[in-house]
Amino acid sequence: MKFLKFLIVGIFFGIVLVKSEAVSWYRIFEMFKFQSFHMYGIIGSAVFFGILFLWIFRKFKVKNSKGTAINLQLKEKSFTRYILGGTIFGLGWALAGACPGPMYILLGTGITSMLLVIASALLGTFIYGLLRKRLPH
Amino acid sequence: MEYILQPWPWFVSGPLITLVMLILVFFGKTFGMSSNLRTLCSIGGAGKYVDFFRFDWQAQKWNLTVVLGAFIGGFIAVQFLSDGSIIALNPETVSDLNTLGFVNVGATLLPAEIYDWDSILTIKGFSILVVAGFLVGFGTRYAGGCTSGHAITGLSNLQLPSFIAVIGFFVGGLLMTHFLLPLIFRQ
Repeated sequence: MKFLKFLIVGIFFGIVLVKSEAVSWYRIFEMFKFQSFHMYGIIGSAVFFGILFLWIFRKFKVKNSKGTAINLQLKEKSFTRYILGGTIFGLGWALAGACPGPMYILLGTGITSMLLVIASALLGTFIYGLLRKRLPH
Repeated sequence: MEYILQPWPWFVSGPLITLVMLILVFFGKTFGMSSNLRTLCSIGGAGKYVDFFRFDWQAQKWNLTVVLGAFIGGFIAVQFLSDGSIIALNPETVSDLNTLGFVNVGATLLPAEIYDWDSILTIKGFSILVVAGFLVGFGTRYAGGCTSGHAITGLSNLQLPSFIAVIGFFVGGLLMTHFLLPLIFRQ
């Protein structure tokens, strides 16, 4: 039962991303071509309401389900890893047309070839772990 | 019901994505899909070789449950909540893709030219998906997050690192779309 709420959140997330067409390779291509507002509208409005509600949560000291203050983990300060890692991710995102959430969602829509992308993403993650200490962060 | 079956506009979808993030925050978690790749590596025994994968993955079971849900959600959305509309892309996008040799643009979520097994069972097609997946998996862990962790959660939390990462996502995405895709799909 403890996990049921997460299952439901996941199902909801999957439905929203399919219905918004954010899982579509074509929409990602169109976004990077600056030929439609659609994806910018989705990400922009999600971030706008995210900023607004996180601010409200803090302002009114809203507590989470465990009764403690809402506290998002801060990302460690750096420049190199974010710009390099981000660029590598972006290259893959525009080629696959799918990022780590949509990969599973698209598999669920019946696109079995997504298994190859997921397996390759796991390999990429593993190789990152292997080389981590030698990469500039 | 008609509105549910049609594609949802951005101003409905965007706030609903915020809702997903807020629900997870309310339950004391964070919205980050790419962490699951690390967890899956760990479950697969990668910790035997690299200490980066030596952590208590049991604590990440909630996130794997979100993944399972997302998979089921994808199934439900196409099976029961879609009317088969063609994606309403900009006609310029369609004609740009036609020039690169893509046909039936927008008729399905993903192009057959990349995702059909017929395409994958060629050296070129196979390499495209392997390289794409690899870059996503490698890049997201290097950057410490993906679209959900950086672009949605990090930017909502006004994190400078996430802003830098999102700039990186765009640098990579623009390079791929404007320079590399035309080379890969050259007629």
